[in-house]
Amino acid sequence: MAPVVSLLAGDPVFAKGVTLVAVVIVVIKVLVAFGLLQTSVMLMIWFERKLISDMQNRIGPNRAGPFGLLQTLADGVKLFFKEDLLPAEADRRIFRLAPYLSAVPAFVSFAIVPVGGVVNIFGYRTELQVADPPVGILLLLAMSGIAVYGLMLAGWSSGSKYPLLGAVRASAQMVSYEAAMGLAVASVVLVTGSLSTRAIVDAQAPHIWDWNVVRLAVVPFVIFFAAVTAEVNRPPFDLVEGESEIVGGFHTEYSAIRFALFFLAEFMNVITMSAIIVTLFFGGPSGPVLHVPVLNWLMPIFWFALKTGVFLFIYVWLRAALPRLRYDQLMNLGWKVLIPVALGWLLVVAGFRISRLDGFVVFVGALAVGGLLSRAFRVGRERRMAEADRRFAASDVQGSRGEISVGEVDG
Amino acid sequence: MIGLAPSPIGLLAVAIPDLATFVVAAAVVLASAIGVVISRNPVHSALFLVATLFGVAVLFVEQQAEFLAAVQIIVYAGAIVVLFLFVIMLLGVDRPEKISKDPLPAQRPLAAFLGLAVVAEVLALANTHWSTGAKGTAGPPGGPASNVSDLARATFTTYLLPFEITSALLVIAVIGAVVLARPPRPGEHHAEDDEQAPTEGRSLGEQPGVVEPRQEASR
Repeated sequence: MAPVVSLLAGDPVFAKGVTLVAVVIVVIKVLVAFGLLQTSVMLMIWFERKLISDMQNRIGPNRAGPFGLLQTLADGVKLFFKEDLLPAEADRRIFRLAPYLSAVPAFVSFAIVPVGGVVNIFGYRTELQVADPPVGILLLLAMSGIAVYGLMLAGWSSGSKYPLLGAVRASAQMVSYEAAMGLAVASVVLVTGSLSTRAIVDAQAPHIWDWNVVRLAVVPFVIFFAAVTAEVNRPPFDLVEGESEIVGGFHTEYSAIRFALFFLAEFMNVITMSAIIVTLFFGGPSGPVLHVPVLNWLMPIFWFALKTGVFLFIYVWLRAALPRLRYDQLMNLGWKVLIPVALGWLLVVAGFRISRLDGFVVFVGALAVGGLLSRAFRVGRERRMAEADRRFAASDVQGSRGEISVGEVDG
Repeated sequence: MIGLAPSPIGLLAVAIPDLATFVVAAAVVLASAIGVVISRNPVHSALFLVATLFGVAVLFVEQQAEFLAAVQIIVYAGAIVVLFLFVIMLLGVDRPEKISKDPLPAQRPLAAFLGLAVVAEVLALANTHWSTGAKGTAGPPGGPASNVSDLARATFTTYLLPFEITSALLVIAVIGAVVLARPPRPGEHHAEDDEQAPTEGRSLGEQPGVVEPRQEASR
């Protein structure tokens, strides 16, 4: 078996080797997934606007189509026909390339999400997911690593200050939260014993208490959810485009269809990440199945869509409810809370994999070490603050001989 | 290596996707590697480097080293080149350079000599069997376990000690970097601190806990 073919061997559609029908099935799966993702982006934008309107006690889009459903389409057409401005200082080629670098990874990550069970088409058994590579979930980490480039280059190539600030924020934020995200994924991989998304989903069937969110005791899920929200720059982690501080951040200089591409990418990311959360922690398409011929393969898709919808709702809810974090709060949360807790929890999970006693020992040990460390940090910080206060007071005495010192103005 | 295919048609069906993948990936690698060297703008060079890394990752996949390919993208493209770009943007060296005179006159002949030496070396080694031999050392390709799990088993059993030592070394390096880049504490004020005072992290406000010594007030 040739190497390229063996890469696809995870998919039973190639059980009979690379035949024309098998290739056609794969192409159809790619096209259907792409079409579905685009359609759900359109619906998601409408859903977000409507839901936020409801939460803010206003009506929201209601002119185009029934319930304003076609508003996104109207906006898309409008953006398509607007003038595509190119700033004089811009790096032309990269300015044009950046929106695509942002949109492509969002779609590629979706390729590994299992949206349903295994079905038979034309006598071929195939999984309802675009691809099930052996590296599986690592593809998600790779793609979120690549997604940084879209934002970073967009900001840099604009040749303007605020976009550059947005780009620097974006790259620092996304690189920081990738670590916590990877550690949360590692604990899922640890209990599953495989990187393949199909294996991760299969390991979580059939009961609710088999879901990873229960098996891993919620903590990795919370960490993953926070890290992913920061990865896709959604509120409350949307410092990258903080309107009140840096105009629009990385996309300030963009207009027309390239601007639309960034938002396409953002909403694709939200949908993909909700789907990934469902895959990793909530059993993917698993759920009660009625044993009726057609419903048999439709039910898993329904469960998957329902669970993903819950997370889409939560993302909108977060945007409506939470204020944006300050930059230092963001970095503190990422480096001083999420990463150490994720690392400690990974150890605890590893301990429980060996035996219950080992698990408890590691848990108590992690608590003790964590408590000691945080106490040490606090003592160090208080001492430093006291030192700074003392020096400040000393400089005050010096200053008050001549001019008015800062302290007197403040006091 | 594909000589076991039953018929000429079967051979073609198996070989063509393989060959096509290799040709495309190799072309991407070569073209972008040249781009890295000849670009005037450092940001363009960095982007060509990412394209090169992608091409190499595809070649890894073709050699059934999927895990290596994924790690290549995650670590090199996702973290290291991002760091390069970050530094390029912050230092403001992202303008095309104009070099009329070569600052190091010896480097061109030296580079040509070393390049030729590497080409000769690769050509010499390509004639021996190891470069076309076994694809994996952890287990037979296409065996019951995938490359990823074979690699994991080897790393955490046979090669556990080197693995742990390497990770310890990396942690030590990180701690060293943190200690070197640490902002000065109020008590210890060195002359050289004034020159490098606004470090990247601080200008971005990454360390709110650090209270500055309030030098303005004393002036």
